[in-house]
Amino acid sequence: MTAPHTTLPLDLDAEEVEAIGRELDAIYDETIASLGTDDERYIKRLIRTQRTLAVGSRVVMEAGALLRARRGRGVRSGPGARVGLGLLGLGAVGLGLAKVLENMEIGHNVMHGQWDWMDDPEISSTTWEWDTTCASDHWKHGHNIVHHTWTNVMGKDRDIGYEILRTSSEQPWNPVYLAQPAYNTLLMLLFEYGVGLHELDPEKLLSGTTEEKATQVELLRGFARKAGRQMAKDYVLWPALAGPRFADVAVANASANLLRNVWAYLIIFCGHFPDGVHLFDCQVVEDETRAGWYLRQLLAAANIEGSGPFHLVSGNLSFQIEHHLFPDMPSNRYAEVSVRVRGLCERYGLPYNTGRFSRQIGTTMRKIWRYALPGGEDSRTDAPAVAEPARAAA
Amino acid sequence: MRIKERVGEVVDAFATPLRASHYVELVNPLWSSHRLQARVEDVWDETPDARTLTLRPGRGWRRHRAGQHIRVGVPIDGRRFTRTYSISSSPERRDGCITITVKVLEGGRMSGHLVRDLRPGTHLPIGLPQGDFLVPEAVPVRPLLVTAGSGITPVMSMLRTWALVGNMPDVAHLHYAPTRHDVIFGAELERLAAEHRRYDLHTVLTRSDGGSHFCREQLDALCPDWQEREVWVCGPQGLIEAVEDHHRDAPGARPVHVERFRASLAEIDADARGGTATFLSGGTEVEADADATTPLLRVAEDAGLNPAHGCRMGICHTCDVPLATGSVRDLRTGDLIDEPGRAVQICTAAAAGDCTIDLQETS
Repeated sequence: MTAPHTTLPLDLDAEEVEAIGRELDAIYDETIASLGTDDERYIKRLIRTQRTLAVGSRVVMEAGALLRARRGRGVRSGPGARVGLGLLGLGAVGLGLAKVLENMEIGHNVMHGQWDWMDDPEISSTTWEWDTTCASDHWKHGHNIVHHTWTNVMGKDRDIGYEILRTSSEQPWNPVYLAQPAYNTLLMLLFEYGVGLHELDPEKLLSGTTEEKATQVELLRGFARKAGRQMAKDYVLWPALAGPRFADVAVANASANLLRNVWAYLIIFCGHFPDGVHLFDCQVVEDETRAGWYLRQLLAAANIEGSGPFHLVSGNLSFQIEHHLFPDMPSNRYAEVSVRVRGLCERYGLPYNTGRFSRQIGTTMRKIWRYALPGGEDSRTDAPAVAEPARAAA
Repeated sequence: MRIKERVGEVVDAFATPLRASHYVELVNPLWSSHRLQARVEDVWDETPDARTLTLRPGRGWRRHRAGQHIRVGVPIDGRRFTRTYSISSSPERRDGCITITVKVLEGGRMSGHLVRDLRPGTHLPIGLPQGDFLVPEAVPVRPLLVTAGSGITPVMSMLRTWALVGNMPDVAHLHYAPTRHDVIFGAELERLAAEHRRYDLHTVLTRSDGGSHFCREQLDALCPDWQEREVWVCGPQGLIEAVEDHHRDAPGARPVHVERFRASLAEIDADARGGTATFLSGGTEVEADADATTPLLRVAEDAGLNPAHGCRMGICHTCDVPLATGSVRDLRTGDLIDEPGRAVQICTAAAAGDCTIDLQETS
């Protein structure tokens, strides 16, 4: 087994590292200074579109259920019933897309504070509550503070394998991991619940101090409140509107949630687990400078290549590298910033882990299957950072 | 009412984590109940540098009283700024609209935008009417109105109300403007004076006609019975001070009601020194050079921050944040504040040496 990196796996001297830090600071400062009316229009238009799509899809869904309800009176099938089924499917896909946009390009990014510069109390990291079972205040702690500070530092970042998966030979093996292909699939299907309970520490809940137990109980309560409201909406209230076709709407809503869960899972896993991303030992963060932090983010994240609409439905997390370098920069700017970051990587011979969706998800899944078994040093995974395919591709 | 609330809760449950109002807003922003907005119906240039905006407030609006003001938020380059403006229309106006009249201030970021760039059809976030620059609901005692420049706006609401309800009291009105072209609502004021015998208007042009600023002789000449009149004064600091000083010394003078558009500031020594202001915001520190007279709110905004704020004149306390270290000066009193943890109204406080302000904590 190789050890996780105790120093940054780069062939650069301290001066070069600091120079890179200054360049990245400059990219950030220039981009933030250029924010203006166009950016404001982007997020407001997106929110309007997303809400229209969400409510429109639900109406289409109810109409579909209504058409199918008429079938009960004598007519076993017919064009009405088929159209009804079609509308239900259309509504489910539309709602799934609306939830994807809300969770990823809007909610995730708003809660990172990317839009706080507008000083609009409605589009603020302090007030946003997103359309998933995860309570936003829990998520902001676990994600913004823990994950984005300690990215890929073993023992500090709970997002490494989401605490339950072994995604690197650097994580010690345990027989439980034999089942990881199975529970990985469950995590994908039920991703929103996984995220909702991510902050929970079962050990502290069962055998922690009184104070630790109380904190864990409070976390569970917060999750139950939020998840309860979400489930009441999708599996009780909207289905009830369909009367006898209750189940139609409940199933359509479950499909929408499933679509969102699988998509979010895929994009997020592609950001941190494909071949070429690095894990670090705690020693790396001792006396870490800002420039060092930048480089660790660069080595810990992976991008996905794709078209404009693909980046949009990915919440621009397909620019995971840029997101990790500049988590509070409005996501609509990542595309233009990525060109500059890539150029910088080229000049200093740094890796820039990017690839097609199929490559990123393929290597991620291969790891999850491979590392279920002990050992697993893999020359492809543990290749020296500097020799990444990005250089050839650029 | 309880049943209505219950129904509201159930309807909102369909929209969780949002509220039904967030979807209603898609159809018409004025129908939303979770935040108050107004649509700009019309813009009208009163003078070369003052413009009246006709606003239609949405659901949740509460009728104002003549003389009150509202907070208006306007996005400039994507960022929202907030300012306070007097309502110049009468609460008796029938079409459900209100008007505010904005004069461009020298170096004014927001007033310039409102006067030059705003187009009808825009929606602006607004606040509910506030303020106690009011005349009694009953027929007022014989009022003396003293106004200058855009200080006419709250008083215009009073005059329009009396004219609309057909109950014009015995009003004496002194209005100051540099030239005839600068008189906001000039034609309407003259029309009111012509139609209402009991409304006695004196427009003093300070830059022509050899006109002068407010003084005792002028008051004696234009309004000899001033001792019998309660005073409402609105305009620049100099005018307000002149009227207050005059009435403080005059025996038997009636009360003076004051509306300020800017905080009255204390004299600050010419050799007072500023320093480096450090703002703690969202886990980061922002440093800026701050002189001894620029409010820290403005310093923070110029440094790219946008702290919560409201009136910008030390009244509403929206901008209060604790002092972390160093010392600041209250520009209204000249007092030094150097006790860590003390609330600082950053709209009316400037640096007095180096200081650190904790923008994350509202106090």
